[in-house]
Amino acid sequence: MATDTRRLIRVEALTRRYGARTILDALDLEIEPGEFVALLGQSGSGKSTLLRALAGLDGDVAGDGLVEVPAQVSVVFQDARLLPWQRVLDNVVLGLDGAAARGRESLAEVGLAGRERAWPNELSGGEQQRVALARSLVREPRLLLADEPFGALDALTRVKMHVLLRRLVEQHRPAVLLVTHDVDEAIALADRVLVLDHGRIAAEQRLDGGRRTTEIRAELLRALGVTGEERT
Amino acid sequence: MTLVATRPEAAVRRRRRLRPGPRITLGFLVGPSLLLALWSVASVTGLLDPRFLSAPWTVVTTAAELIESGRLQDNLLASVRRVLLGLAFGIPLGTLLALVSGLSRWGEAVIDGPVQIKRAVPALALMPLLILWLGIGEGMKVTVIALGVFVPIYVHTHNGLRSIDSRYVELAETVGLGRGAFVRKVVLPGALPGFLLGMRFAVTTAWLYLVVAELINSTTGIGYMMDLARTYGQTDVILVGIVLYGLLGLFSDAGVRLVERRALSWRRTLAG
Repeated sequence: MATDTRRLIRVEALTRRYGARTILDALDLEIEPGEFVALLGQSGSGKSTLLRALAGLDGDVAGDGLVEVPAQVSVVFQDARLLPWQRVLDNVVLGLDGAAARGRESLAEVGLAGRERAWPNELSGGEQQRVALARSLVREPRLLLADEPFGALDALTRVKMHVLLRRLVEQHRPAVLLVTHDVDEAIALADRVLVLDHGRIAAEQRLDGGRRTTEIRAELLRALGVTGEERT
Repeated sequence: MTLVATRPEAAVRRRRRLRPGPRITLGFLVGPSLLLALWSVASVTGLLDPRFLSAPWTVVTTAAELIESGRLQDNLLASVRRVLLGLAFGIPLGTLLALVSGLSRWGEAVIDGPVQIKRAVPALALMPLLILWLGIGEGMKVTVIALGVFVPIYVHTHNGLRSIDSRYVELAETVGLGRGAFVRKVVLPGALPGFLLGMRFAVTTAWLYLVVAELINSTTGIGYMMDLARTYGQTDVILVGIVLYGLLGLFSDAGVRLVERRALSWRRTLAG
């Protein structure tokens, strides 16, 4: 169990409101260093709001609560969000001074060595998302926040990205909070899966190999309100 | 099962119908050439009275004579100098105002209103005041051009700035860009397409305001040359001036477009 010193992220009684709608409702969450947490939930359950709160991107949203995150946080968005007027390498080292060599290494890590001088528009969707991963990891974050990063990719590319992300996370050991709506993606990647419902954590599953994944999958689907054979 | 390796020509052509098609070499000259042809035909057939409008070849010989006497070069030089000076003051002014107004709400509150008012006032309406303030010398002429030039630069750069995707601003925040780096890496390149569009309007506007400035009490420049020709009824000289203005405008625009294509090579658009 996590002790106080092992905690990397602490969220207590986090509430976020858009007008009259409460998106996050007194939510508590802790993440340990190096832990891979997947966050499942239906549309509108507050997944992205929580991620944006952790990323510090919600200064204009009403609410209260405690959020403790490390200084080095990287964000991967659903869209690769590369600056189209900067070449690939410049996108990777955006905001870092004299980091070209590290940027090159990072690009090589995601399998894009040799594409440093390409424009983002010249890359495929999967390649662009790999550049975005390189941009996140070159900063050696202690926390990697990913908001449905593979949501816009085709199924094959997505599986390849899963393998790549696992390898990168094993090498760099950041804690990861991955927002997704794909139960299988969550099970394939995470150490712990949370289900968010109406702004609260409604279910939690650890994937420490003790139980069969089919069982876990069924429980997660139930927590998401999907019953029987029907799947969204 | 057989695979068809060669695609029928018709199928290939049909796939392209929504795009403008391949680039035409020197395509920007096609329209002007057509106009010139029309003018020539009308002159040859006598449809066009030379007292009303001289034939193209008369204009060419007149131009040759004007060059021989050195009059054309002197006046052209004076005009080009005014335009360049006007651009040299107008472009930085417009860019600076657009940046201040685009990057802060207070800047916009202070600057945008007066610029829009200036835009609504016809340039000619400002002439009497400018003449009173600055006299009829070079200073007044350059000021008229600069005041005309800064408006399109401001409007389009400001618009370019404001249409930068807010997602990029969010990205800049997450990677911790400072104000300076944000301006250099996101704002300026993001506003560049708008700025260059403003430049295209600015260079043609500069020639427009040059005419306005030169037709009033000038002793040099193409406008002066034309005004003098009006006194003597020389339509050929007037036409040399008009053609010159046209060519200068055309080439300035082509120049900006060339810069545009190089500076915006990261864009893949219909212009491709």
